[in-house]
Amino acid sequence: MIDLTIIEAFQEAFRLIITADPEVFSIVTRSIYISGLATVLACVWGIPISVLVGLYSFPGKRLLRSLFNALLGIPTVALGLTLYLLWSRSGPFGFFHLLYSPLGIAIGQSILITPILVSFASSTLGSIDTKIKDLAKTLGASDFQISLTIIRESFWEILLSITASFNRAFAELGVAIMIGGNIRYVTRMLTTSIALETARGDIPFSIALGIILMVIVLSITLIINYFRKD
Amino acid sequence: MLNREFGMNTKIIASLFVVIVITALGLYSVTISANLQNQHLIVSTTTSLYETGLLDVLKTEFESQYFNINVSFISQGTGLAIQTAMRGDADMIVVHDTARELAFLEDGYGVNRKVIAYNFFIVVGPVGDPAGIRSMSPVEALTQLKHAGETGLIQWVSRGDDSGTHAKEKRLWAAAGFDVEDLREMSWYLEAGSGMTATLKLTHEKINAYTLCDMGSYLNNYAHGNIDLEVVVEEGKDTLNVYSAIANNPEKTELVTANFEASMKFLEFLISDTCQSILADFGTDDFGRPLFNPYISLLENNRDSDTVQWIQDLAYFDGTECPEVYRYNAANIYE
Repeated sequence: MIDLTIIEAFQEAFRLIITADPEVFSIVTRSIYISGLATVLACVWGIPISVLVGLYSFPGKRLLRSLFNALLGIPTVALGLTLYLLWSRSGPFGFFHLLYSPLGIAIGQSILITPILVSFASSTLGSIDTKIKDLAKTLGASDFQISLTIIRESFWEILLSITASFNRAFAELGVAIMIGGNIRYVTRMLTTSIALETARGDIPFSIALGIILMVIVLSITLIINYFRKD
Repeated sequence: MLNREFGMNTKIIASLFVVIVITALGLYSVTISANLQNQHLIVSTTTSLYETGLLDVLKTEFESQYFNINVSFISQGTGLAIQTAMRGDADMIVVHDTARELAFLEDGYGVNRKVIAYNFFIVVGPVGDPAGIRSMSPVEALTQLKHAGETGLIQWVSRGDDSGTHAKEKRLWAAAGFDVEDLREMSWYLEAGSGMTATLKLTHEKINAYTLCDMGSYLNNYAHGNIDLEVVVEEGKDTLNVYSAIANNPEKTELVTANFEASMKFLEFLISDTCQSILADFGTDDFGRPLFNPYISLLENNRDSDTVQWIQDLAYFDGTECPEVYRYNAANIYE
């Protein structure tokens, strides 16, 4: 019985991909662009913070680092619920009209993944630090030039932490369902569809969507790792 | 060295370019989706209604009539669905819990309630019916189930999520003379704390377990092969399940609703002949029988039937579906 369902699920996933089912296709592209936007937003503030934490020393740095490490484990539903109350029409920031909007999900997910980005990227930067810093210094580089060199040297590692952040946003459910409300054609994403189809009892379809999600996440990571070698 | 630097810079520029394109696309699609439709109506509704797929059919039909209104459904348990509307995050509700609907009206959040459809709750259980409750009335059946549970013969699975179905279950236990707070302490009384499909699957996995379920969810899961439970207690007055629509009160200041007109259009659509006949047919293709029964057409064609009497006993307040004081510029939808 279970084996049958899983075989059925793989057939269904294959069929959905081959026929480019329009609704599934729109859900997949919506998921990619919302989580992509979230990743871009997270980079806007996450990369400068990572450079600060990874390369410079300042009072409270250890505390800041611990804070980001702790936030790695933030429950997505709790974050979603908090943002929901803040952005509700009767909440303090209701006038932004972010609730039930794609932009709202993107902002929520960007908050969710910032700790991942900062933790990974700053420790990468920190690990390259000493060797290159000394070399660059002997060559007469300024502080800013040194930072730039280190960022360039760890380009692929930072890209990998960005990818990890994207994958996290892409695969999370709590923010997407609390902020987005799973509205068809507007805020329905891969994970919220999986939740809905499971609730509707269409198990093979849910697993098929799950397979599509995994394929996308895996492909992105593989592509990045492939190019990284050169 | 120079070459390598150049290559790296190209890569950085290329990544920046990708980033900019994604942002531009994102902002573009956000603006597009915001501008395409003039009005964005949000309907807060219950999972049992949404998960059947009925509302997506109604949306398509409604939007073909009113192309400048875009309807969105947020589906939650009835308790949460009403709270969402009370916070002003939805413009109207379509739910199935008479008591909480009345409170919603009385507290000034809602106006213009209309009963739109009904079906029946059923008690489902394992093939062979070990508790021997087949064709009993719901209240007798629950009493019998409690005895069987205490001897360790069966288990009862409760939704336990404050949904409309859960509220119905609590009222049925109360009608049988038991306090749910006491039952919760017992080992044969399980609380799933989740939606109907999840609860049905839990009931199916447990040995000799029974649960209360709406007909739509049961037929849907049975057709998907998720469960092999049988219907043991069928429809009757006690298991009536009535769905109503209520618009948010435009004069309630906390609600900040700007979509009252659109919600009234949708309400009028729900009681129109088109919608009522969609309701009467929905599900026949997949399950061989409809999942919901239209109420307005029942009123028109068969006013004296028992069902009308039951609905009016259960879901009317002082002989009306919406007392005068809770009506707002809506003479056209009440006879």
